[in-house]
Amino acid sequence: MTAGQALLVATLAVPALGAGGAAIVPARADRLGRLVAAAAAALAFVVSVALYWHRSGPTRVTGPIAPWHELNLRWAPGLDLRFHIGIDGISYPLVVLTALLTLICCIYTLWTVPAVEVVSRGAQPRSSPPPYGRGRLLAALLLVIQVGIVGVFLALDLVLFFVFFEIVLLPMYAVIAGWGGPARRHAARKFVLYTLSGSVLLLVGVFLVVTQAGTADLVRLSAAHGAGLSSGLQFAAFVLLALAFAVKSPLWPLHSWLPDAHTEAPTVGSVILAGVLLKMGTYGMLRIAVGVLPDAARRVAPVLGVLAVAAIIVGGLVCLAQTELKRLIAYSSVGHMGFVLLGIATLNATGLSAALIGNVAHGIITGLLFFLAGAIKDRAHTGDLTQLGGLRERMPRLAGLLGYAAIASLGLPGLAGFWGEAFAVVAALRHGGPLWTVLAVVAALGGALAAAYFLRLLRRVSHGPVGPAFAGGCPPLSAGEVLSWAPLVVLALAVGLVPALVLGLAHDPVMALVAR
Amino acid sequence: MTAAAGGLPGVPLLAALLGLLLPVRGGRRARAAAIALGIGGAAVALGLAVALAVHSGQVSGGYRIADFGRLPVTLSVRVDAAAALVAVAVGVVALAVQVYSVAYLSGDDRYPPYAAQVSLFTAAMLLVVVSGDLIVLLVGWEVMGICSYLLIGHDRTLPEAPGAAVKAFLVTRVGDVGFLIGIALLGLSAGSFRIADVLAAHHSPARLTLATLLLLAGVAGKSAQFPLHTWLPDAMAGPTPISALIHAATMVAAGIYVVIRLYPLFLGAPATLAVLGVMASVTMLLGALAATAQDDIKRVLAWSTVSQIGYMAGALAVGAAPDALFHLLTHAAFKALLFLSAGCVIHAVGSNSMALMGGLRRALPVTFWCFTVGLAALAGVPPFAGFWSKDAVVAAAFDARARGPAAGWVDWLVWLAALVTALVTAWYATRLWLRTFFGPARGDGHPHEAGPVMLAPVVVLAVPAALLGLAGLAPAFAHRLGAAALVHVNAATIPPLACLVAGALLGWALWRRDPAADPALALGRAAPVFANAFYLDAVQHAAVVRPVLWLTALARRYDASLVDGAVEATGRRTVSMGDAVGQWHRAALPRAAATVLGGALLIGLAAVLVVGAR
Repeated sequence: MTAGQALLVATLAVPALGAGGAAIVPARADRLGRLVAAAAAALAFVVSVALYWHRSGPTRVTGPIAPWHELNLRWAPGLDLRFHIGIDGISYPLVVLTALLTLICCIYTLWTVPAVEVVSRGAQPRSSPPPYGRGRLLAALLLVIQVGIVGVFLALDLVLFFVFFEIVLLPMYAVIAGWGGPARRHAARKFVLYTLSGSVLLLVGVFLVVTQAGTADLVRLSAAHGAGLSSGLQFAAFVLLALAFAVKSPLWPLHSWLPDAHTEAPTVGSVILAGVLLKMGTYGMLRIAVGVLPDAARRVAPVLGVLAVAAIIVGGLVCLAQTELKRLIAYSSVGHMGFVLLGIATLNATGLSAALIGNVAHGIITGLLFFLAGAIKDRAHTGDLTQLGGLRERMPRLAGLLGYAAIASLGLPGLAGFWGEAFAVVAALRHGGPLWTVLAVVAALGGALAAAYFLRLLRRVSHGPVGPAFAGGCPPLSAGEVLSWAPLVVLALAVGLVPALVLGLAHDPVMALVAR
Repeated sequence: MTAAAGGLPGVPLLAALLGLLLPVRGGRRARAAAIALGIGGAAVALGLAVALAVHSGQVSGGYRIADFGRLPVTLSVRVDAAAALVAVAVGVVALAVQVYSVAYLSGDDRYPPYAAQVSLFTAAMLLVVVSGDLIVLLVGWEVMGICSYLLIGHDRTLPEAPGAAVKAFLVTRVGDVGFLIGIALLGLSAGSFRIADVLAAHHSPARLTLATLLLLAGVAGKSAQFPLHTWLPDAMAGPTPISALIHAATMVAAGIYVVIRLYPLFLGAPATLAVLGVMASVTMLLGALAATAQDDIKRVLAWSTVSQIGYMAGALAVGAAPDALFHLLTHAAFKALLFLSAGCVIHAVGSNSMALMGGLRRALPVTFWCFTVGLAALAGVPPFAGFWSKDAVVAAAFDARARGPAAGWVDWLVWLAALVTALVTAWYATRLWLRTFFGPARGDGHPHEAGPVMLAPVVVLAVPAALLGLAGLAPAFAHRLGAAALVHVNAATIPPLACLVAGALLGWALWRRDPAADPALALGRAAPVFANAFYLDAVQHAAVVRPVLWLTALARRYDASLVDGAVEATGRRTVSMGDAVGQWHRAALPRAAATVLGGALLIGLAAVLVVGAR
């Protein structure tokens, strides 16, 4: 086993072991358990960054996927299953982002374990600390989620991809249902049932491809460009896969699990959900659906493009009328992921690059936004925009950070969000033709809409007289908050100024993906 | 020299980033650090700009920062003579604003972020000025928008400030939708976003017309041209130094500057020039007429900016880019002067309202003389700066009738609009001057002159406002702006001068009848129409804002009831079906026994039939 392969295994094994370690710590040593989890997350982050070095170069360059580290083991020989993982320029930024966000969330959990709101009949809703110290379980679940998400990004085998895709589901359900807001159970059930039905489609699609092509190896499948699969089968498989990924991304009109899940999830849950979990959908769309079935992708692309632009516009309009802080940010995610999917739907190198950087930028910025929204709700005990106001009088630093994150999210050039959105528009124009030109124009108008709702948000939350929700005491920012937000603040600027941080490695794989 | 060009936006950017890290409500030390960073950043930028202007040669260079599928984005600089001169103007105004703000906002408890945002604003404008790549230019372009948003909303005691800030950003952002698409079309057709490549590439005439028209949308937003001018008067909610910054050398100048930068493309699209000409003519007149009936001294100046930028756009429409640039430079000088001296007046009186001013020339002698220089330049009184540049624009429009790049009627239109505007400008400048500084004092306080920190930038700016126009006589200056000669004193100079005299005399005569009353009363029924700028705000609200709000309510309702409703209904229906089936399985003993027996009978029957059929 080479150093690179050892690192690949470690990116999955370290969080898995950390999760186990944190979970077996007894309840009275809750803080120790959280420390174990944070240490494991830190190690996993170091390992994932280290994947960049020791690049032996692609072992074989036969197609779009040329992983620089690769591990291919027999897993279940009887079923012809293989444990095949690897990393290339498309997956690397996402793996690092996942490790980073998990680490940040674990650090945040060291200081803050979400209180669970207990609603008893006839009384005001009140926040109470969890009945027993169980922050370590939350941290352990975050690490399990990390294993699943990183596995999805690393998998080079379709069946393995599916397995990792499913691993994420139940721990996320537990995070929402265990540590969420007042309506957490409904939201968690909706999340799990909705995405599970998407997974059923994914399963059928995966096995349709695997049985017909005779292999589940992604490297071989994407090198074949769909050769050996009949046109009708390609189409059917693509539709199934695209639907599954559209639920996860989410693509309008399959998005309605997301606002509920985001609104009710605890802060760290929202951050992971928006920051990296959604990316499994767009990554799958790019690598599996488009990579394996390019001809069908070309046939379905106009539909995808139209739906993506509909997501941008509907998401923006709903945000403009939204009155709940976290729900607004959740709907803004629908719009942002619309830009990412528009980039993918153009199927040209510009669009795919835009989708990649849009993915990472959304993870950074929306992660930060959810942290800030959580901090505001912790202090105001409400997310109702009519109750907030005057944050910059009470907490100028927090208001400044919220302004920064909102400005980054509305796609201001110079910050991370700009590249993905602007170049998705450029890519649609590059595609040409009346339909795509219209899509580009409407998407660009959606960008103006994003500015409208984010500035409305700032006006409601930061400006004006101090709202009733901030009338009470506002505890100052804690060390945990500052420590966990700082990397995201820096990254939003760094990726904005130097987009090559994300795109430098992705250029060759993207060109290979569109080269036919 | 490439490093100097890169440092031009780089140094203020660094000052801004450091300044943003200072404590928001810092004490004296944080404030001192913020002042040092702000003034230092602007001073270094000014020094670099002067060095580049003296160097007088093309500077270019850069490196690739991203590649979107063979569509590279380069962080590059491209400094020609025009860019260097505009950079000097930006540096001078930014430095003046930073110094002036120290005194003007001496009581402000959030000075560090303010100074940092002004630095960021300066950096963004300088990035627009030097950038050699359209995408990087767009970065500066939009960062400037967000800085204007932040600074207009700076005053936390003004209830209208947040709304004005949002309006400024949104209106310009709507224009930027077109700007982005225009850039994309040009970049795609050239295969690169570098300005040099875009200018060198061959674009089809249809694409060129479309792309330049789209660029014009962004220009209209930033440079406050009709119909996207509505944000600028409201932006007066910002502190007065910010108004000076936005109106003189940044933001509104950026739109005109970008057209100059890409002027060869516009020359290839006569239809775009015609649209620009109409837009400019409407804007000139609209701005000047709206300025006649304002009571707020800053709003008069704001509308005068709208109108003066119209002159620059008009010059561009008739093919006279050097004259547009000339007017841009002189306007930067006299408009910065006007705003900063208006700040001194407001500081002394404690109000923006001219109804509370009057007779201030004795109490504020320095401000009075500086203000007078600024107004003379604005109205175009010889030999002040505005006279030469405005005359150059009018003469260019007159000369272009026969050989301009746009259709002949465009040149006529611009020429006529420029003359009428000159008359109206002289009228409202006279009104402002007389109503503020002459006649009986209407305020109840004891106004006194501002301190030296505020007066120094004002006095310094009065020099170029008075003399910069004379530079137009020097052939070397004209060559740097790209023209053989800028100033043409001949018979064509007479009509604008006549308009000036007529307007000023009319203003004086009306004021003379009753020095205490507002000369705008003579406008009669037109006064409220002008004061409300032809009710275009209301039109914008009815035509854009309300439909969008209606759509948002619709989207929210149907997203909940239809899209999510289907999902929730599926869940509920499944549960209720499960319940029904469950109910059906729960039965009392007799029916249960009968059902079991019946089922057994059915299975037996089926078995017999199937086996029997074999």
